[in-house]
Amino acid sequence: MVKLGKTGFFTARERSRRTPMPIAPARIHVYTLTTALGHGCRPHLQALSEMRPGLRPWTPEEAPVQSWAGVVDGLDAVRLPARLAAFDCRNNRLAELALGGDGFAEQVEAARERCGPNRIGLFLGTSTAGIRHTEQCYRRHFEEKTPGLGEDLRFDSTHAYVSLADYCRRRLGLSGPAMVISTACSSGAKTFAAAQRALSAGLCDAAVVGGVDTLCATTLLGFHALGLLSPTPCTPWGLGRTGISIGEGAAFALLEGAGEADDDGLSLLGYGESTDAYHIASPHPQGEGAVSAMRAALDSAGISADAIDYINLHGTGTPANDLSEDRAVARVFGDTAIASATKGWTGHTLGASGAVEAVISLICLREGLIPGTLNTTTFDPELTTRLIRESAPRPLARVLSNAFGFAGNNCALVFGRTSCA
Amino acid sequence: MRLTVSGIGILGPGLADWIGARPVLAGDQPYVADALSVSPPLGLNPNERRRATLATRLALDAARQAMAGARSDTAELATVFASADGDMGLIDSMCRDIYEHRVPPSPTVFQNSVHNAVSGYWSIAEGCRGPSTSLAAGDGTFAAGLLEAATQIVCSARSVLLVAFEVPAPELLHPHRPFDSAFACALRLGPTTPGEDRPTLDLALCEDEQPFTPMSDAALEVMRRTNPAARALPLLAAIAAGRSAVIRLPYWPGLQLEVRLEPGA
Repeated sequence: MVKLGKTGFFTARERSRRTPMPIAPARIHVYTLTTALGHGCRPHLQALSEMRPGLRPWTPEEAPVQSWAGVVDGLDAVRLPARLAAFDCRNNRLAELALGGDGFAEQVEAARERCGPNRIGLFLGTSTAGIRHTEQCYRRHFEEKTPGLGEDLRFDSTHAYVSLADYCRRRLGLSGPAMVISTACSSGAKTFAAAQRALSAGLCDAAVVGGVDTLCATTLLGFHALGLLSPTPCTPWGLGRTGISIGEGAAFALLEGAGEADDDGLSLLGYGESTDAYHIASPHPQGEGAVSAMRAALDSAGISADAIDYINLHGTGTPANDLSEDRAVARVFGDTAIASATKGWTGHTLGASGAVEAVISLICLREGLIPGTLNTTTFDPELTTRLIRESAPRPLARVLSNAFGFAGNNCALVFGRTSCA
Repeated sequence: MRLTVSGIGILGPGLADWIGARPVLAGDQPYVADALSVSPPLGLNPNERRRATLATRLALDAARQAMAGARSDTAELATVFASADGDMGLIDSMCRDIYEHRVPPSPTVFQNSVHNAVSGYWSIAEGCRGPSTSLAAGDGTFAAGLLEAATQIVCSARSVLLVAFEVPAPELLHPHRPFDSAFACALRLGPTTPGEDRPTLDLALCEDEQPFTPMSDAALEVMRRTNPAARALPLLAAIAAGRSAVIRLPYWPGLQLEVRLEPGA
């Protein structure tokens, strides 16, 4: 492979594709997440700092498939407010639990008082919404021979993609523009881009973004059928890596275009989006789409590749994904990138992962931490990008977070201190 | 937010393409609810073409119509795919495999079940590497798609292809999402330029609740009311008739999208 310098090189077509104007940074006032590592930012910081794992052996009731998963404890005990009982399903329970973390719901309420409920947008990502509930209705239908799937399927408020946004919109008392983005594993990341545009276009003054996805049989058995599910904890960038470990997770952030600086002073500085035009379930072997997403993210932040202090990789642990991302990172950043993958902690939270890892990036920026790469003992020598193995404190100004999904849908985000904008 | 329409595609029973549907939607010809006829997605390799579901074929057909005669190539074009529930047949197939047949789901069905599979097939068929967003907002999905496309145009000053599609649910899910007509439409949208002679749309969010613009034909009105993608029909009908119009589209309860249409030359 030809080694490229830090700025890489661009074909005429790639040059013409580059975003001409930096975007207006979107301030991030509050953020939270709930994954197998715990509820809220603090347990995540602790687990990342201490290299404490979150995955456990998990076999679905439906089939004797060996896997490790990032399970969120306590969801069975979560109760939605009585007025929103129709939304009850595992996915909305996880949304409910996560919204209570780090004072997030209270901060949204304060923003609602400040901006008005109709001036707060809501952009959320999920790959499967409440499909776990649908699966249980199918199971009951075939095992108990019940007629149909049952009225308690409550399709619109559990199964439908919109159910996630509908639940959170009602729960947070918002009445502004809202939608669900579902682009597989880039969903949660793309909500940040959509919100920045909505703020820039004047559609809203603040925006709740994020992603929520929960464990279900169709996804787990689907990845197993594709040969992409690891029987052991996933080892991103590892030699002999065997695939992903699935996790469930939820992450939220509150973005504002302008206003008073918060204590953290963190912002979304840039984003880049692209598609591969290559294959429905395999990434482009040279990471073509990933390269253009990362370059567009840098351009829209108005910075060059060497201004990035840390890259939170998509790093799923499948042979093809990591190879493709490595080629792409090498083309954009050369071989000096400081990078790691955090899915060894949380599992791959799929439609939520872009938001979960965006919030992990924000925690790392705030706390000055470069997370390591959990579970991977021997890195694949075929891969150019050398990953950080052990978590270590280090001041950070700008972080890039990658999220790449099935059907070749790519998104890269740049976060940083607002003073860096 | 102001944008222009430079290409249109439509597909549904009795609505074979934009050229054929135009006099029907304009009220110059009666609507006849014919069988659905969808072109095969020629840009895909034979294997992918064979596996392409109705949702994919429908969306790609409408998208290609909207891009016909486009001066710029599609390689960099940004796309927005709007569908409330995606391909429910694939969800049904996976759940039946697991709970009825007690076998693992088909890997092909699983990979096609992601909401953005249709976007992925468009990108593969056209060699299009531009940004693509697949979104949903229930019965307000078309309005959400139009708003997202408009927002991208305002921010980037570049064209966006909006595709809305919805296919009927299979037997077990049908009572929960009851409609019978598949429908797709596509709009090639762009920023306004001086001296423009194309239809122009002005979008505004409205909190007052006005009646939604209906279709005058009873069968098309049923399609509009039941299929989330067909909520676009009154807008397409006004464009077909070449008249100024103010159209109210459903978005969220208490929030409607108002579209002011100027027909252009």
